[in-house]
Amino acid sequence: MNALKKLFGGNTRQFGMIFALVALVIFFQIFTEGRTLTPGNVINLFNGNAYILILAIGMVLVIIAGHIDLSVGSVAAFVGISVALAIRDWNLPWYAAVLFGLLLGALIGAWQGFWTAYVGIPAFIVTLAGMLLFRGFNQFVGKSNTVPVPDDFQYLGSGYLPEVGPNTGYNNLTVLLGLIGVAFVIFSALRSRRNAQALGAEVQETWVMITKLVLVNAAILYATYLFATGRPGTSFPIPGLILGVLVLIYGFISAKTVIGRHIYAVGGNRHAAELSGVQSKKVNFMVMMNMSVLAGLAGMIFVGRSTASGPFDGVGWELDAIAAVFIGGAAVTGGVGTVIGSIVGGLVMAVLNNGLQLLGVGADLTQIIKGLVLLAAVAFDVYNKTQGKKSIIGMMMKNFGRKSEEIAPDETTSTKEVIAKEA
Amino acid sequence: MSTPTTDQDPILLEMRSITKEFPGVKALSNVSLRVKVGEIHAICGENGAGKSTLMKVLSGVYPHGSYDGEIVYNAEVQQFKDIRASEQAGIVIIHQELALIPELSIMENIFLGNEPVRRGVIDWAEARKRSVELLARVGLREDPDTPIKEIGVGKQQLVEIAKALNKSVKLLILDEPTAALNESDSQHLLDLILGLKGRGITSIMISHKLNEIEQIADEITIIRDGKSIETLNVKRDGVDEDRIIKGMVGRTLESRFPDHTPKIGEVFFEVKDWTVGHPQIQDRLVCKGSNFHVRRGEIVGFAGLMGAGRTELARSIFGHSYGKFISGQVYKDGKPISMRNVRQAIDHGLGYVTEDRKSLGLNLLDDIKTTTVSANLKKISRGIVVDANKEFMVAEQYRKSLRTKTPSVEEGVSKLSGGNQQKVVLAKWMFTDPDLLILDEPTRGIDVGAKYEIYGIIQQLANQGKGVIVISSELPELLGLSDRIYTIFEGSITGVLTKDEASQESLMKLMTSSRKAA
Repeated sequence: MNALKKLFGGNTRQFGMIFALVALVIFFQIFTEGRTLTPGNVINLFNGNAYILILAIGMVLVIIAGHIDLSVGSVAAFVGISVALAIRDWNLPWYAAVLFGLLLGALIGAWQGFWTAYVGIPAFIVTLAGMLLFRGFNQFVGKSNTVPVPDDFQYLGSGYLPEVGPNTGYNNLTVLLGLIGVAFVIFSALRSRRNAQALGAEVQETWVMITKLVLVNAAILYATYLFATGRPGTSFPIPGLILGVLVLIYGFISAKTVIGRHIYAVGGNRHAAELSGVQSKKVNFMVMMNMSVLAGLAGMIFVGRSTASGPFDGVGWELDAIAAVFIGGAAVTGGVGTVIGSIVGGLVMAVLNNGLQLLGVGADLTQIIKGLVLLAAVAFDVYNKTQGKKSIIGMMMKNFGRKSEEIAPDETTSTKEVIAKEA
Repeated sequence: MSTPTTDQDPILLEMRSITKEFPGVKALSNVSLRVKVGEIHAICGENGAGKSTLMKVLSGVYPHGSYDGEIVYNAEVQQFKDIRASEQAGIVIIHQELALIPELSIMENIFLGNEPVRRGVIDWAEARKRSVELLARVGLREDPDTPIKEIGVGKQQLVEIAKALNKSVKLLILDEPTAALNESDSQHLLDLILGLKGRGITSIMISHKLNEIEQIADEITIIRDGKSIETLNVKRDGVDEDRIIKGMVGRTLESRFPDHTPKIGEVFFEVKDWTVGHPQIQDRLVCKGSNFHVRRGEIVGFAGLMGAGRTELARSIFGHSYGKFISGQVYKDGKPISMRNVRQAIDHGLGYVTEDRKSLGLNLLDDIKTTTVSANLKKISRGIVVDANKEFMVAEQYRKSLRTKTPSVEEGVSKLSGGNQQKVVLAKWMFTDPDLLILDEPTRGIDVGAKYEIYGIIQQLANQGKGVIVISSELPELLGLSDRIYTIFEGSITGVLTKDEASQESLMKLMTSSRKAA
């Protein structure tokens, strides 16, 4: 167990989720008699969930900043129908249509960000209103009709990497992508190790790093194999590619940039952040705006996949995205969460969905199981945190779980207590 | 005034050698308190002396068993296990922060948790009848249906007392009852307390306003550093404000400060006519036309009691981060500067270390290195990308120079002790390289050894030619550290004393009265 922990870092939650994901895949692989890890099924899984995972990327930033966005499904639907209509009525080429969709998303995001950040209305309310508002707009501009999109736009949601180069029996571009992935993982691991050594910081033991690299790369190569050997005409899907690029960009932004730091700071302790010179309103505005841009993108991908935009696209997406984020280790009160964690959380839900379908479990039972998984994942986290590690959820739950400890007067936290103490 | 009590009066309450310890801190040690039936008993002491802790022991907030000593009340040894138990015995505490619910009406608040019930349903007719009586008793002419949020703080205080009377109170504890009240409301409240005394209700009153205590108290118990020092009988001992102050501050000054020879330069930071309104309450000023200046290399103290407006002054200057700005101008190096938000304040070379480290100063989810660089990310970033190597090196450098005790700079700040947390916060502001650093209660909740180190850091900053403002409730700290001390009372600067002029007595005098220094 200790060795495993070292392998996956001290973060029990992330470790737990990756472990759960692997266990789930193995479980379903066994019980579906091998139908889970087939090229067709895996490609399907990615295609069918890419848009939720894209939403989860935006949602985790919103949740880290301490908000929530309930409107993403409606925003996606509104952007989807607008783009479909723009192509049909204005003859926009696909790339202009995509740009138009992203801009529309940004505009919607600015609207929601304005109310949330500058007027100070809780995002829950703003986006609950947005949920109704943009669902209504979708049905208003589309007259509740289904609007088809042309083939080149469908490529965005259902396309695959093309076949190029010599016939190797594999999809060459997919293989190339896999190899680039492997090289990238190795390179970045070595680089961060070198940096840490140069600074005299704590370095992972060599065997830990090597085992980790072997495991991760084996996973990448196996996935590459699955994607590259699908039935003719299929390979690594375009939505998956978009998702991959977004994960890299947003993973980088959240972990390595100034704005990323500011998002965590605002969510962790808004007052402390403001007193350190962080402009929290700007941060909140950008986070909300970004969410709607990504929702627009998800909507377009979905429209491309389903070949048409309809009045009930995107219903319930917000719940899937939020569930993914919380399973992936984010805290309800903000300040905690990672992009990669949310993707893993989203994949757990996706694999569960897919596996239960393959097993022939009905939609009713599937929902019950998914609900329990969400609850169990967060409960696991809360339990972990109350066992010594401090977390917001942990602190909130402390009074229910066990006898609360007395707070020494010098360790008072709330202003009220400080004032009371002063007298 | 009603008849003063004498030694022959029976004892209502006796707290015998109460000792209360928190992990690492002895908040009360062997405190004794005797309160006679029908008297007004004041408890005086500096901030943090243990007054509130004592009252929490009495009212059962800290249950029996969590402290040592005995509480004898009504000639019986009591073992209150919670507030309800002490209330049943007739002990009611009214906290400084009122425990009223703003949205509910006066009547609903009076009967909250104590509703008159008939057959399982609240009997509002009965409640109304009784609240009209109670409001008449406390002299509050308001409709019982008026929501609490629509009446002023003074009247809210009266509602609290009405609520206590409804619980058939025998011993009323008032924690800073007039702290938030204006002159006339305060007087009304004091008259009411005297009136209650006439009806046989005993009161314990905690207050910083010594003139009020002198006016209404029969006896005064002074607490200092968690010990009961003396009990004075106001009439018999001829107690006046000076006598109380002497008791409150009478500790000896040990050498708790590093040696330091100030190198003071010219005035570089000046604030003129600084006036700021309360963020929520209309027409209430938290800073009233304050003027002060800081010289290079100078450590300037700000003395004032809790709620006097020290923090409000500092935060409003620091990028208008508190209250509603009304008027005033800040000059730096002779030029007027404007700081409309914290970012601009930092860019103008200001830093502010908050008094409330955990709720305002730190993101407890962060680790040390993230916190250290959080106010000056620009300095370690290329474009928008934070350079993790530089971040680590900067944090490491401050860890070494400030001697922060931690296994690594990747440790979470929530795991550090108060003193080490404060060092991380200081590092964060030192990294912004400020010209003027404002430290609000820099040693609160920090043990003596770490205090000494923090004093050393403060003096070092001054030696580098920076101006330092220290806001502190601990007078010995201000006296030991500051080159000059301003006193603040109710939002106004009431005086300024140089290191040689200042003493605990002279400061306390300026901190507790609006009399301007001559």
